[in-house]
Amino acid sequence: MIDKNGTPVEVLLVEDSPGDVRLTQEAFRDANSSLRLHVASDGVEAMRFLKQEGDRADAPRPDLVLLDLNLPKMDGREVLAQIKNSAKLKSIPTVILTTSDAEADVAKSYQLQANCYLTKPVELDTFETLVKNINDFWLTRVQLPKQKQDD
Amino acid sequence: MKSIDGNYVPKEVLLVEDSPGDVRLTMEAFRDANAPIHLHVVSDGVEAMEFLKKGGDRASAPRPDLILLDLNLPRMDGREVLAQIKADPILRMIPTIILTTSEAEADIAKSYQLQASCYLSKPGQLGAFESLMKSISEFWLQSATLPPQRSIT
Repeated sequence: MIDKNGTPVEVLLVEDSPGDVRLTQEAFRDANSSLRLHVASDGVEAMRFLKQEGDRADAPRPDLVLLDLNLPKMDGREVLAQIKNSAKLKSIPTVILTTSDAEADVAKSYQLQANCYLTKPVELDTFETLVKNINDFWLTRVQLPKQKQDD
Repeated sequence: MKSIDGNYVPKEVLLVEDSPGDVRLTMEAFRDANAPIHLHVVSDGVEAMEFLKKGGDRASAPRPDLILLDLNLPRMDGREVLAQIKADPILRMIPTIILTTSEAEADIAKSYQLQASCYLSKPGQLGAFESLMKSISEFWLQSATLPPQRSIT
């Protein structure tokens, strides 16, 4: 989706399962040809991307983060806490996208101010529909914050 | 949508909106939704906080599963309501969606900084407004997992 300034929308997917990454990429590709999907496969890489550090110094600031909870090196709960405790990062909409439907995970994520919590369905076509719904709601309906680099 | 314990429990939605026309449209859009919804309406920011804090004659108000919040409200505006919701350790868990005519960048930026779940600009035309309400209902009341009511004491 191109925003009003003609810039493509940047989405960071934080997901360690290559299969789920592939499915998400394909579902987004079908839904939205102007989206740039970036992938981090563990929590440490996610934070490096978001802080634009090291090998991710040129990373764009995402318009939306899709965050799995169960990740190697630093789990998604910690990533969420770091995002929401950062004055610079906390206004980036961060949507939890995880297999966990545990009440404790849902409650904790909302307590930490996750913008939304989505439980990944098991069936392929339902998963594709969910990605399409994420695209429709967050990338066509919602007003996303403008990505100023110097907040 | 089934709640976690498997029962079909209606969702409690609080609409904070002072325009009777917009209230009416929202009620109709939600009436057509697939999920059972109890829509509660308050028309200013003071009433919103009374509902949420269960003050006064709102003592038996249910805690909402979702809040739709206009910014421009009488008595206490939506920006202040959002700030108060987010300052409360229990209320801040409730997904709060800003739904407003304002498209000002400052309002958008501030709302996200204050941790609104998302910001939606109300369209002027009826059809587009109805379509937006339908998409809110489908995404938040069917696709999304909302916070459990039970774990909050």
